[in-house]
Amino acid sequence: MAMRGRLSNDLLLPVGGAFIVSTLIVALMINLLPWSGVWLQVKPDFVALVVLYWCIHQPRKVGFTVAFSLGLIMDVAEGSVFGQHALAYSVLAYAGLVLHRRVQNFTLKGQVLHVLAILLLNDTIVLAGRMLAGGPFPGFYYFVGSFVGAALWPVIVYLFKMPLRPAIDPDRG
Amino acid sequence: MEYNPPPFFKRGPTPLIRLLLCSLLSIVMLITDVRYRYLDNIRQAVSVAIYPLLRLAAAPRALLDNVGEFFVTQAALRNENAKLTALSLRDAAILRKYEAVAAENAHLRELVAARERFPGSVIFAEVLYAGRDIFSRKIVVDKGEQQGVKAGLPVMDNVGIIGQVTRIYPWIAEITLITDKDQAVPVQNLRNGLRAVIGGTGNAAQLELKYIPLNADFQNGDQLVTSGIDGVYPPGLPVAEVTDVERNAAFMFAHIRCKPVAGVTNYAQVLILDWDSKIPPRPPEEVRTARTKKPRRGG
Repeated sequence: MAMRGRLSNDLLLPVGGAFIVSTLIVALMINLLPWSGVWLQVKPDFVALVVLYWCIHQPRKVGFTVAFSLGLIMDVAEGSVFGQHALAYSVLAYAGLVLHRRVQNFTLKGQVLHVLAILLLNDTIVLAGRMLAGGPFPGFYYFVGSFVGAALWPVIVYLFKMPLRPAIDPDRG
Repeated sequence: MEYNPPPFFKRGPTPLIRLLLCSLLSIVMLITDVRYRYLDNIRQAVSVAIYPLLRLAAAPRALLDNVGEFFVTQAALRNENAKLTALSLRDAAILRKYEAVAAENAHLRELVAARERFPGSVIFAEVLYAGRDIFSRKIVVDKGEQQGVKAGLPVMDNVGIIGQVTRIYPWIAEITLITDKDQAVPVQNLRNGLRAVIGGTGNAAQLELKYIPLNADFQNGDQLVTSGIDGVYPPGLPVAEVTDVERNAAFMFAHIRCKPVAGVTNYAQVLILDWDSKIPPRPPEEVRTARTKKPRRGG
């Protein structure tokens, strides 16, 4: 049982607002890179992934306001119908906020399954928005990005916690 | 004494309430945008705000290109130089011929008092990024309203038509490719002059001729060029080549698949044709009512 929840019991430095903002901006930039071809199809929605991370790990700092405004930015950047990403990210933030205690009690493997479900829900909402606006069904490979995103979750957890680990005190050994 | 929880516990409305508020707001925006397009101002404002991010995101590729150029070997350069010299010699001959033909053509056109075919200028634009949206085929380029781009202008690469400007922002513009499902281009068969409308299928490498009767004369390998009808696209620019004609009597129309001539998905630079067709407006439809018949009956 000691293994369970070990990750979330790490003693970390407090998270600064600047760190959160910079991760969100980097995620947005990665989303806006000129992706094409196969890469475009397997590319996960990095903004969704990072917003979800912060909703789970810092639910008091990141919530609906951030998710909603990033959704609007994504809508403009992709030229999609206004409100479609905003709606999807709001639901994503809700899932993150409601589940944040539960998810943190799981090992990484369990967390990945939670994240996968939430990302699929996110994609489904975007898809539904598009199809209601008259778009065609793009095929099931549309959901590949969510699986890739969930697979990236451990990497993101590791990366985002790295700068927050306190320096090891050499006197203690 | 009244008991109040400490401020730490005051966290505003519950997540569910917030979710409902956000969803309501986004659904209202969705409907407003789809139905009425009132939100274009907000869209423009946000696009200005994220413009630096877009440029920054496009920077790595430019950097990669530069680094790649730096490491070209001398042998490769010499080789390329020789090839280019040969090519320029050949092109010079072609160019002479072209000049002669163009002069003759202009003369002939003056004779028949035809209008100049392509009077406008060309705006050179670079592709910033292709939308992640798999539903529609769109790209975004680095020229916008400030550089004189207007919505509706046709876009081509060095070979043929690739799309049309559909949305403009102050410094960037969105182009819908001809392979988009909702995009249609009036074309003409180069072999026999047959007019048709070509549309995207949503597939990046395929176009389809729409509403062509089963017995229409289209063959594999036919070249399709813009017809210039409707004044959106200048006439005579290559669009597609017929690759597959399927005539099934069970359907009303022939199923004619084509492949785009221009590199619709592989380019980094595009040309936006800034032109004005100067086509006079369509004459009003003749109103056929009972009133027009009356005098005839009376007389």
